[in-house]
Amino acid sequence: MTVPAIAFYCFAAGVLAGGLFTVISRHPVHSVLWLILAFLSSAGLFVLLGAEFVAMLLVIVYVGAVAVLFLFVVMMLDVDFAQLRAEMAKYLPLSLMIAIVLLMQLALAFGSWSFAPEAEDLRANIAPPLEETHNTAALGLLIYDDYILLFQLSGLILLVAMIGAIVLTLRHKEGIKRQDVLSQMYRDPAEALEIKDVKPGQGL
Amino acid sequence: MIAADISAVLPEIVLSVYAMGALLLAVYTRKDEVAQMLVWATSGMLVLVALWIALSVQDSRTAFNGMFIDDGYSRFAKVMILASAAAVLFMSQEYMERRGLLRFEYPILITLAVVGMMVMVSAGDLMALYMGLELQSLALYVVAALRRDSVKSTEAGLKYFVLGALGSGLLLYGASLTYGYAGTTQFAGIVTTATEGELSLGLLFGLVFLAAGLAFKVSAAPFHMWTPDVYEGSPTPVTAFFATAPKVAAMLLFGRLLHGAFGEAVADWQQIIAFLSVISMFVGGIAAIGQTNIKRLMAYSSIAHMGFALMGLAAGTALGVQAMLVYMAIYVTMNIGAFAFILSMERNGQPVTDIASLRMYSRRDPLRALAMLVLMFSLAGVPPLVGFFGKFYVLTAAVDAGLTWLAVAGVIASVIGAFYYLRIVYFMYFGEETEPLDGEVQPVLTVFLLASAGAMVLGVFNLFGIEAFAAAAAATLVQ
Repeated sequence: MTVPAIAFYCFAAGVLAGGLFTVISRHPVHSVLWLILAFLSSAGLFVLLGAEFVAMLLVIVYVGAVAVLFLFVVMMLDVDFAQLRAEMAKYLPLSLMIAIVLLMQLALAFGSWSFAPEAEDLRANIAPPLEETHNTAALGLLIYDDYILLFQLSGLILLVAMIGAIVLTLRHKEGIKRQDVLSQMYRDPAEALEIKDVKPGQGL
Repeated sequence: MIAADISAVLPEIVLSVYAMGALLLAVYTRKDEVAQMLVWATSGMLVLVALWIALSVQDSRTAFNGMFIDDGYSRFAKVMILASAAAVLFMSQEYMERRGLLRFEYPILITLAVVGMMVMVSAGDLMALYMGLELQSLALYVVAALRRDSVKSTEAGLKYFVLGALGSGLLLYGASLTYGYAGTTQFAGIVTTATEGELSLGLLFGLVFLAAGLAFKVSAAPFHMWTPDVYEGSPTPVTAFFATAPKVAAMLLFGRLLHGAFGEAVADWQQIIAFLSVISMFVGGIAAIGQTNIKRLMAYSSIAHMGFALMGLAAGTALGVQAMLVYMAIYVTMNIGAFAFILSMERNGQPVTDIASLRMYSRRDPLRALAMLVLMFSLAGVPPLVGFFGKFYVLTAAVDAGLTWLAVAGVIASVIGAFYYLRIVYFMYFGEETEPLDGEVQPVLTVFLLASAGAMVLGVFNLFGIEAFAAAAAATLVQ
């Protein structure tokens, strides 16, 4: 067995174990940690495929940002995971049966999988040849040149997501004291303070 | 090359820039106080862009390496989408204002949804298709939940979001299988690999998943279950919007995908579309019978109408596409009128959606009752109104394509469906009087109601020449 093959089986086992334990581990924080293992292992798989840029993205974005966000959400949300799991156990037989049927159907589809004879040419029409370009450069060329329309549209989608989040959650409540740096700095002691001469034993 | 590309997507760019400019303007000035002005400005803007697209004569062209197609079909669709969105926005202003729902984000989200729809109908690539679809859907999820203090509206938004995400998931899975087989996401490339009768199993799976995902978006049965709840829970102007422009966009995108990417394998998808069509027509017709809420009723009505429009697609011919385009144009016009009426149903200033509140409406407001009667007859497809011609067109297309059984089923379903439209008419003209609705109606709504009803009557002469436009549009899609 060659070194890449060994590496492949290690990473693949990592992804599978990570995925499995994400679902079945008892503690939600452990689930997130297993998820991180799954992300890291799949990053390894991408490196083996020669897609090192995607691998780095996976580590930076998913492990660095998304998984940490998950951790925060898991710790902050008050969700009774034991109860959720009990509900899940109730539907387990049915969902297992559906999963097996689906698996068989997918095997049917992929068992006799064939590529269109034209597929290789069609793909080569768009993607720059891999031997000549570095894959980061190729990706940049595709995203910012050929697929610029899609790139800009994704920007619009994110804008809508941002507007949506604000529309649905921001509430302007009356009587809340917000921080206003300038007005706080320009506060004049002469107007804000009043010195009272309090007589002993009387109070204000 | 880039100049030609940009000029093809210029209407979309103009609208997006307008939306972002309006957002900045509203955020940096008086926020919700400018909302009313923004609604007028946005409707005006949408109408202007519609006119611009309608009046610019262009040959078919593609941009961004075939990712974006600007042809007669997409221009026909865009004019319909822009005009109906402008009309609904115009109608909704006062209703939203009075319920305190008029926030400046509303017209902006509608504009961005419209941009998404325009990209959808122009998509020449599975990725562009998905981008347009998501841009549209995401904006719609938000406006569905716009009434934050209402549990129903929030439920509508959430339900729409979750089921919409499921639909998108199916669509994406189909797209990835298609890409896996064909090696390209461009329709022009896929069509060269998908040939009649020898579709590979993988591509067939991809096609089925794509069709299922799009059936979710047009709310064709059996993927319709979100529709009644979302229609009921959303604020009424938003429901009116859901029932018009997004339906047009999704249905025409369906046509674009089937004919653009799988046009050489009609026999392979014909049965799927025919099945969706039959189920939708019957589910829409039968389930609507028990409804008492007029918004739920319109939801089932839209499901049935989507069934008829799909019948045109199932024909798989240029005539079928033309019939579908004519049908959608008529459907949108009727729905704008019907929702202009529903928006005006109020009692003591509160919106009412119960059908029974219409009892003896004709005695109080004979003109509006008559207009609604015309619209209901037209929706039911009673000759000689325009709605009948829409149905007649799709039935002819189905028979021409050898789908006689489908046409017969369509006629039976439309007879069943006529029951609940006629029930509304029955309530308005007969039966006992109940607590009356408010007599005062905003002039805007009356104008739209009368214009729509008038179009249903006057259109019988030549359908305002829409057939010729639809035929030209269909010819650019199906060669």
